[in-house]
Amino acid sequence: MPAAVQQSKAAYDIIRERFGEAVSECDANPTMPFFEVADTSKWADIALFMRDDSRLKFNYMACLSGVDYMEQGQLGIVCNLESIGGPTHKIAVKVKCARDGGSIPSVSCVWHTANWHEREAYDMYGMTFEGHPDHRRILCPEDWTGFPLRKDYQVQETYHGIKVPY
Amino acid sequence: MQELGKADLNSTRIIPQGDNRVVIEKDLDTEYMVLSMGPQHPSTHGVLRLECITDGEVVVEAEPYLGYLHRCFEKYCEKVDYPGIVPYTDRMDYLAGINNEMAFCITVEKLLDIEIPRRVEFIRVITAELNRIASHLVAIGTYGIDLGAFTPFLFCFRDREHILNLLEWISGARMLYNYVWIGGLSYDVPADFKKRVDEFVTYFKPKVVELYQLLTTNEIFVKRTKGIGIMPADVAINYGWSGPMLRGSGVDWDLRRNDPYSVYPELDFKVALPDPKFCEIGDSLARHLVRAIEIDESLKIIEQCLDKMPEVDGFDPRAAIPKKIRPKAGEVYGRAENPRGELGFYIQSDGKSTKPLRCKARSSCFVNLSAMKDLSKGQLIPDLVAIIGSIDIVLGEVDR
Repeated sequence: MPAAVQQSKAAYDIIRERFGEAVSECDANPTMPFFEVADTSKWADIALFMRDDSRLKFNYMACLSGVDYMEQGQLGIVCNLESIGGPTHKIAVKVKCARDGGSIPSVSCVWHTANWHEREAYDMYGMTFEGHPDHRRILCPEDWTGFPLRKDYQVQETYHGIKVPY
Repeated sequence: MQELGKADLNSTRIIPQGDNRVVIEKDLDTEYMVLSMGPQHPSTHGVLRLECITDGEVVVEAEPYLGYLHRCFEKYCEKVDYPGIVPYTDRMDYLAGINNEMAFCITVEKLLDIEIPRRVEFIRVITAELNRIASHLVAIGTYGIDLGAFTPFLFCFRDREHILNLLEWISGARMLYNYVWIGGLSYDVPADFKKRVDEFVTYFKPKVVELYQLLTTNEIFVKRTKGIGIMPADVAINYGWSGPMLRGSGVDWDLRRNDPYSVYPELDFKVALPDPKFCEIGDSLARHLVRAIEIDESLKIIEQCLDKMPEVDGFDPRAAIPKKIRPKAGEVYGRAENPRGELGFYIQSDGKSTKPLRCKARSSCFVNLSAMKDLSKGQLIPDLVAIIGSIDIVLGEVDR
């Protein structure tokens, strides 16, 4: 197991010790070690713990990507976290919710950068972020219908009288 | 009670407090005015709209509206195969095409787990650093224009043209190169490449000093930027800032050193940090200074690479490129240090298809710009222009 993956595993063990069954097993693959949040409602607590615990100090959220798991009927986010100026570990966290009307707790109060990333994920996939301070679309127009990056997305025929598919 | 519009002249007092700072005291509340800046405004560097709520000359709040240049990059990624995505990455941050291609290619290579020939790595680093200089020249030149200095812009674009000529010579295109491919390069460099790059470095070194004297130490420029838009280091990290923006806040963080890729570990370079004697840490001037220092460092890296680059007879840069790019099932997040910060790609592969299941581009400009709302509070409108300029956004990358 490469050293970087071992570090991620060690960081995961601390989170597992604190939250127990709320997080799933760690997938220690060499390209992107990650774990899943089994109890979605705990995500904001886990995020705050990961940022503030002196052994973890995940103060930098590199990326937050929305994902569509169409076969499982779920939507999700993948957060890539690491620490600047603290321990040199990295880990990815996956949070999932139901495809229709699902919601995920917002972590924009934990990492400010999540604010726009979550808006983008909502814009593209349509999951709700509970407690988000500014829950709007960001890249598409406000009155756009549908969520473009869903696998079953059908583009609207016209937008304000303009033909959309070309 | 005073009649509306006939407030006593002394009811608003502006008290100067040292360099560039004023405290405004008022007896009466004034009415807020909404000022829409952009999408067609020269100082927004593209199609960004800022809705500013102003109280006289002071910005109470500025809300950025983006998406005018949204070209569905991530949707296209699910429709075309891996090599087909490379040209699209060029069009994100169109001022630093090679850096974007490199970020994408090293991410896919991580997933493919293939070995890249050493010569290819050196050529990639040389071209990427050349492109970084070109990009910083645009950033510095247009920043001068934002603040009313026109001459440095002409100097910057004159020198940038030499770099674009070099890159056109090796790739065939001026800005949208499609030069770095997954597993290799599209072409080897021409025979005289080393000599021409060396000539450019020799020519360019005195020009950097000239630019420094012309703009960076210019008193008007310093007055306009020093102490404007200060971002403390911990807030910058919380906002996910990266690249020159983060280093401007005094955080010693550079992916070329902290998460090394390619041949950067073998090279000797300094991480550019602002000088606290000359600027305030985290202000617009500090960010400008970091870019100016980075040009020097990039020149150093290019010189070292030219020395170390192995010469191979009949070298084929396409030799290591897999016939069919079909990564094993899995996920990866790879990134590289771009002129504007960390450009990352999150790629999900199902192991069967030649197209990614999901490809998210983590754009550095998008993340850096997200702090605009907080940065703009309580600034004067001309200072708002100075702050946007110092963020150095490319809207192609913000909107993707």
